[in-house]
Amino acid sequence: MNARTGLEKLRSYPYLLLTWRDANGYPITAAVEARIDVDAGTAVVASPVGIGQPSGEISLTGSHIRPTPGYGYDQRRHVTVWGKATQVGGEIVLLASSAWGWDEAEVPFFEYSERSVPRSRRYFTELSGRLGRAVRPQLSFFWLALRATRLPFLSATFVPVLLGILIAAADGSFDLASAVLTVIGGGAVHLGLNVANDVFDALSGADEVNVNPTKYSGGSRVIQYGLVSLRGMALISIVFYAIGAAIGLVLLATRGSTALLWIGLLGILISVFYTAPPFRLVYRGLGEIAVFLGFGPLMLLGAYVVQTRGEISPGAAVASIPIGILVALILYVNEIPDRRADAAAGKRTLPTRWAPETVLRVYAIATGTAFVSVAVGVVLGVLPLPALLVFLGVPLALRVHAGLRRSYNSPYELMPAMALNIQLHLAVGGLLLLAYAATLGLALLLPGVSPFLR
Amino acid sequence: MAQMTWLPEPVQGLLRSALVAELTVTRADGRLVTYPLIPLFEGDRIYMTSSVLFSKKLEHIRGDARVSVSLSDPIGMGGATARALIQGDARVIDDDVHEGWLNVMPMWRKKEPVIDWFLTQRVALPLFFERAVIEITPKRALYWADGRTSIAPETFAAPEAA
Repeated sequence: MNARTGLEKLRSYPYLLLTWRDANGYPITAAVEARIDVDAGTAVVASPVGIGQPSGEISLTGSHIRPTPGYGYDQRRHVTVWGKATQVGGEIVLLASSAWGWDEAEVPFFEYSERSVPRSRRYFTELSGRLGRAVRPQLSFFWLALRATRLPFLSATFVPVLLGILIAAADGSFDLASAVLTVIGGGAVHLGLNVANDVFDALSGADEVNVNPTKYSGGSRVIQYGLVSLRGMALISIVFYAIGAAIGLVLLATRGSTALLWIGLLGILISVFYTAPPFRLVYRGLGEIAVFLGFGPLMLLGAYVVQTRGEISPGAAVASIPIGILVALILYVNEIPDRRADAAAGKRTLPTRWAPETVLRVYAIATGTAFVSVAVGVVLGVLPLPALLVFLGVPLALRVHAGLRRSYNSPYELMPAMALNIQLHLAVGGLLLLAYAATLGLALLLPGVSPFLR
Repeated sequence: MAQMTWLPEPVQGLLRSALVAELTVTRADGRLVTYPLIPLFEGDRIYMTSSVLFSKKLEHIRGDARVSVSLSDPIGMGGATARALIQGDARVIDDDVHEGWLNVMPMWRKKEPVIDWFLTQRVALPLFFERAVIEITPKRALYWADGRTSIAPETFAAPEAA
């Protein structure tokens, strides 16, 4: 903030704090009213009485809060302008030279905090040196694990895997042990991907320059915060991938098929090269396609072929399309608030390449395609009629679209739309699961009645 | 056990009611910098806390312990129009930035009840809750009964400094 801006801001405060150093070297402050001339770069105040005369460099500070009973306060803002003091008659003239301040209406608290993260790292380094032991930020193991792995996003794996298992069951194939292993293996690969993504985004600097992370975007930030080292995160990622790979090998050995082998290999390659060089798919605007394939067809069909030992049905293939599209749209929407930081780090995601209007139009087309794919599947007779329940999710999609349009340029105000977008994936996935549960129930209770049009 | 304070009752009252006070510290180059912080008052000391995110002030205090605390905002002091300035010596307590500051939580939650909710969200704001405590021993106090600094304040000094 320059001195002129500082003076302009000072004008909005009803009184100011005049500060200087007293004869004993202590700061001394008195509340005063000021006449501010922004063009002249000056502020004129009456000399306080009985506490010495300000001289040399002085400052004027404006500070504001709004008390909110039962909560504390909000509307925090403050500004300080420094300058040389000159006595003119009974008044003091401050010739402004520099200014500093913060207004949470301009820079939200979370962004202000993120901008200060490098300072906290320096503090911990200095503190460790002073105390003679390593000091780093702490979280309980549970919360740290939750944060570092971004555990809640596992729903993106559970939906396609459970759906693949249920469709296979409706088609007459079910094995409990392999179903459980598939869920665990899919989850392990997903967590490995989440953690690897943070490692590579830390290496590229994408997360470091992002000062607007949200609950849904900007990575886990445990590396930036010093909660887990880069090496530690890399190790965690390797462990999850190793668990996923080991389960994959067990499934290949016990329920193996050529289809499972190819799906597994492709899934691991997409997961690893999502952020890892040399392909770095998400850096090339291919992240959505990778996520569509990985969390749609590959997850769902992978779970399906484990149960069927290699057979693939048109129903499973079609059901994977809306699931894949909607999970890709989670990434797509979450990239919107990250777009400036991503662009700065060379991560050329779709929202960094396209104008907002294009991003919104593509969102509408993609969600429309997800719903239409279900309708087409029902009409073609490969999805059961109850699958049309997914259209209950249309109002949710419309609300996400409206929220994106309304808050496109405000990372924190986008959060409700991002949350709704995740709910859309869960809702459509849940309704498809319900549709197949109903199909399964119908087959058991009324074997002669088909829920399919053909 | 907390010592009895020499601060006059009206100044104590302002310290207890103020949601925000302005702490002024000295930077290494001699410039004075002012930070709005919640003043907490117990016994004969004023306490403030600072996240490691905003730790410049802590560095400054280590360089020069002489600080002042201004109580000036009628809105933040329940409508009180009196004003006070307390000069004192500060020390930074940061041997346990994870938990040490919890000692001042009872005083903190009285002024900012929502802090308990924020504490439950520690996973979302982990660095905000890595905090140092600033302990200020008052040496001198100025008190403007009607808030007008065009009139000389009443001045009080700590017994040892008098």
